[in-house]
Amino acid sequence: MSKAFILKGARVIDPGSSRDGTADVRVDDGVVTEVGRIGSNSAEVIDCDGLVLAPAFVDLHTHLREPGREDAETVATGTRAAARGGYTAVCPMANTDPVADSAGIVEQVVALGRAAGLADVYPVGAITVDLGGERLAEMGEMAASTARVNFFSDDGRCVNDAGLMRRAMEYARTFDAIICNHAEEGALAAGGHMNEGEMSSLLGIRGIPAEAEEVVVARDLALARLTGVRLHVPHVSTAGSVALIRAAKAAGARVTAEVTPHHLSLTDEVVATYDPVYKVAPPLRTREDVEALRAALADGTIDCVATDHAPHPQEDKEREFDHAPCGMLNLETALGVVLTDTQLPLARVVEAMSTAPARARGLDGHGGPIEPGQPANLVVFDPSATWTVEPAALASKSRNTPFAGRSLTGTVVHTIYRGRFTVRDKEDIDGQR
Amino acid sequence: MIRHLLSIRDLDPEGVERIIQTAGVFQQEGPRITRKYPTLRGKTVVNLFYESSTRTRTSFELAAKRLSADVVNFAVSGSAVEKGESLKDTAQTIEAMGVDAIVMRHASSGAPWRLAQWVQANVINAGDGMHEHPTQALLDLYTMRQHFPTLSGLRVAIVGDVVHSRVARSEVWGLQMMGADVTIVGPPTLLPPKVETWGAEVSTDLDAVLPKADVVYLLRMQLERMNAGFVPSLREYSRLWGLDTARASALKDEALIMHPGPMNRGVEISAESAELPRAVITDQVANGVAVRMALLYLMLGGRDAREEVPVE
Repeated sequence: MSKAFILKGARVIDPGSSRDGTADVRVDDGVVTEVGRIGSNSAEVIDCDGLVLAPAFVDLHTHLREPGREDAETVATGTRAAARGGYTAVCPMANTDPVADSAGIVEQVVALGRAAGLADVYPVGAITVDLGGERLAEMGEMAASTARVNFFSDDGRCVNDAGLMRRAMEYARTFDAIICNHAEEGALAAGGHMNEGEMSSLLGIRGIPAEAEEVVVARDLALARLTGVRLHVPHVSTAGSVALIRAAKAAGARVTAEVTPHHLSLTDEVVATYDPVYKVAPPLRTREDVEALRAALADGTIDCVATDHAPHPQEDKEREFDHAPCGMLNLETALGVVLTDTQLPLARVVEAMSTAPARARGLDGHGGPIEPGQPANLVVFDPSATWTVEPAALASKSRNTPFAGRSLTGTVVHTIYRGRFTVRDKEDIDGQR
Repeated sequence: MIRHLLSIRDLDPEGVERIIQTAGVFQQEGPRITRKYPTLRGKTVVNLFYESSTRTRTSFELAAKRLSADVVNFAVSGSAVEKGESLKDTAQTIEAMGVDAIVMRHASSGAPWRLAQWVQANVINAGDGMHEHPTQALLDLYTMRQHFPTLSGLRVAIVGDVVHSRVARSEVWGLQMMGADVTIVGPPTLLPPKVETWGAEVSTDLDAVLPKADVVYLLRMQLERMNAGFVPSLREYSRLWGLDTARASALKDEALIMHPGPMNRGVEISAESAELPRAVITDQVANGVAVRMALLYLMLGGRDAREEVPVE
């Protein structure tokens, strides 16, 4: 039993109930019980004047590295980072060791999440056994497990075989599951370490052309039309992919798409330092791509922001650029980067970070609406407070943030997970089971 | 003088000119330098080579020794990198031994930039991945200056596998900095993406370019490129982009033939055309020692080479 409290005087932005205005929100025993003007009564009152109260954020794309690379991140440290970022739900990708391609692994990840008690953990199952791109993984076993997996991806690797992808999509319809494919055509991307273009030529680093992503996005949209599967396009990084998704949506396709904070913020020019902290897959692209991604997020062509939070220990990143692994930390900085580097209205930010991703994966109890009877998964943030990113102060086990030293506007003040604070007044509160 | 030479772009035209002048002083008694100068006595230069390159390493070693520096060759195998041996650890190890300059060759583009962040010593890039090889460009600029009064307006054709070439980037940017007009020639599969933004003319037709060129600079064509499908065969490459004596006869009388070595005779250059009087390929090698002496001299403490007195 958790104490009752009233979050008082915040600007409540809740796309699920079309609410955007000052209101008080009362929480009893993990559930929202009242929304509106609430008089003083027995509950604790928490002043939220000047702050935004929204459904807590939902990340469709997270790497928690457990099992296998607990030196980079664990479910406990990753969900702590998530809580600091305002999240109450994360979707760890399957590229762990062992790979999350069977019921046992996804159930273990869920159990680790429950033990940490900081966020709901919804694992993503692998499409193919061991991410090998050859045989379908047992989607049905994962769907029927206690992890109830309804979202499959070989993230980190592209399913290059069109025939296999077609079968995966057809089979996934058994469970009305969502198929998500890391769109980087293997032969076009082979040997590449950054965006192919003017910068890669200057730096003498082999590039990955935008078209390596676009040919797979186009192919998967066509196969989704053929099979009727629900398709989710992860980490869209090019203007060409945006155009393909926009056209598919206009034609009525069952497709959703995400963009990462770093693809909304950074271009391939930062690679000029040869610092692998800027190495990521898909790679950072050009200014034109960044502009197209921001516009697509604003107009809803891209549904949501997902972090692709990808921790790597220092020794793996402090290497030659072409020997370092891809990935960036994002959970703790996502809100700040989105608010600082895009001109999106706050209501669209909340929708893109909470309502839309929860809807895309069908995660009941997340993403609002903030209404009586709904689980109290809430974030309270200050949209104008600035803070400076200090890698050593992050909750993640790793330090590979590309935003080190950046001043970000937008600070999470409280995160409330099922009625309990995981962050209160910017301080960590221990998880409870 | 500059602290590190990572890119040819670390220099300005005055800096290049100063290196050329200083190299000329070292070579005033002939192209092969036999005298030894005391300038860098007590200084230590490490040749940190992650790729075997006997030519470049030997050239740097001779240059440093003729300035009386202590030279240590530190070879690291590529397999050590694969196994995760840390560049940072190696850098700190060498640094802890107390060295004044590190000459680095590495298969990864940008590795000398990382090294320079971790050490106090002067870093000289002796070739990084498919990125830059600034001392090769300097010795080539010097060689061209031996034959032409100025580099400004000089028409240089750089031919071949530009995309994979560390020489090509430094060469193009160095020549452009000195006012030369560069034309890049090769099969489109071996030209860098967006090469049109480099400010050079780009052509696939060597025969159209040769009659206008003051210098034709041939890049090494490696067998791996054929295996990776960049060109159908070395024979076809040679037919379209190789310099044989017939093509060489289309050159202007005073035009030079250059090559960074090692040559694949019969591929990018025929044996006969490499032996023509206008081919200055062995001069390039001899000049490499003088130019690297000049660079070490200027970076590590010398002032005016004309005042230097040889010790032997």
